Amino acid sequence: MKTFDLFKTFFKIGAFTLGGGYAMLPLIEKEVVEKKRWMDEEEFLDLVALAQASPGPIAVNTAVFIGYRLMGIRGVLFSVLGSILPSFFIILIIASCFTEMKSSYVIERIFMGIRPAVAGMVLASVFRMGRNVIFNFKKLVFVIIISICVWIYKITPIYIILLAILLGLYINFKRGKFI
Amino acid sequence: MILLKLFITFFKIGMFSFGGGYAMLPLIRLQVVEINNWLSNKEFIDIVAISQVTPGPIAINSATYVGYKICGVTGAVISTLGVCLPSVIIMLILLKFVIKFKDNNFIEDIFKFLRPIVLGLILAAAMLIFQESVIGFKEFLIFLFVFVLSLKYKLDPILLTLLSGILGYFIFM
Repeated sequence: MKTFDLFKTFFKIGAFTLGGGYAMLPLIEKEVVEKKRWMDEEEFLDLVALAQASPGPIAVNTAVFIGYRLMGIRGVLFSVLGSILPSFFIILIIASCFTEMKSSYVIERIFMGIRPAVAGMVLASVFRMGRNVIFNFKKLVFVIIISICVWIYKITPIYIILLAILLGLYINFKRGKFI
Repeated sequence: MILLKLFITFFKIGMFSFGGGYAMLPLIRLQVVEINNWLSNKEFIDIVAISQVTPGPIAINSATYVGYKICGVTGAVISTLGVCLPSVIIMLILLKFVIKFKDNNFIEDIFKFLRPIVLGLILAAAMLIFQESVIGFKEFLIFLFVFVLSLKYKLDPILLTLLSGILGYFIFM
């Protein structure tokens, strides 16, 4: 029954965390640490650090970690499926209706209001995160150059990310700690 | 083979999306709008908006939506699997690796570079969406209104999305 329990828990997490990402963490913590007691607080914090450090959605990364810790590969299958199925079905329903809805004048007016709002929300998150990351002028210039490369020159983020990983590994290697 | 292309494209997106959420937007947009022409610019922003008010990460939501639009339910399944698979593979590798080398701070070293890059990517996403959506004075007012509410009063994205939808309905007669 543990596989079903794992699936159910992550289905719940997937279904009730709107906005994704960091918004999910408190709910995951409550379910996994407090209610189910699958791991202690310290291990959970380690896992969050790891989930944030690796590519892909944090929710999926967290599901992989907990599923694997509890039941190995089989656990991963159930926790990941559980966490993505709710949003999968919801988007499927929206996608099948949206094409018809969009031709409606009312819906188009609503989305004309939402589109600039999305720009506002994304820009606000830059400022919010920037407070924690940028502490000097050099870094600010770096951030702006990266954004211009991607925004205007359409350089694919893949190369930029690969370069950052290689630079990080090189510095780690030079310090002689890389095994 | 369109299904294979969907799978590879979203696998790539899953593989190189660090920082979660908004940081993935430029990469998703580049692949889905510019390279493959699966969505229009407006449609892309609409999916970002829908992602704000539905559960689940933006990357998965856009994978499901694009997959469905291009190839029906099969396309949706293939794209969603594609975007999640790198997470699974990399997390499993990292789990073994990090437990072994817990004292090695290579993740920290990598993130010294990645953190400002993630910020730059989100800034680029904001500019790309701004450019497409703020096409008049009314749009600019909504943009400014939401920006201030979000930054200063930390209002929830769900609430802001609903609010701006209502505003749009009354402003754009």
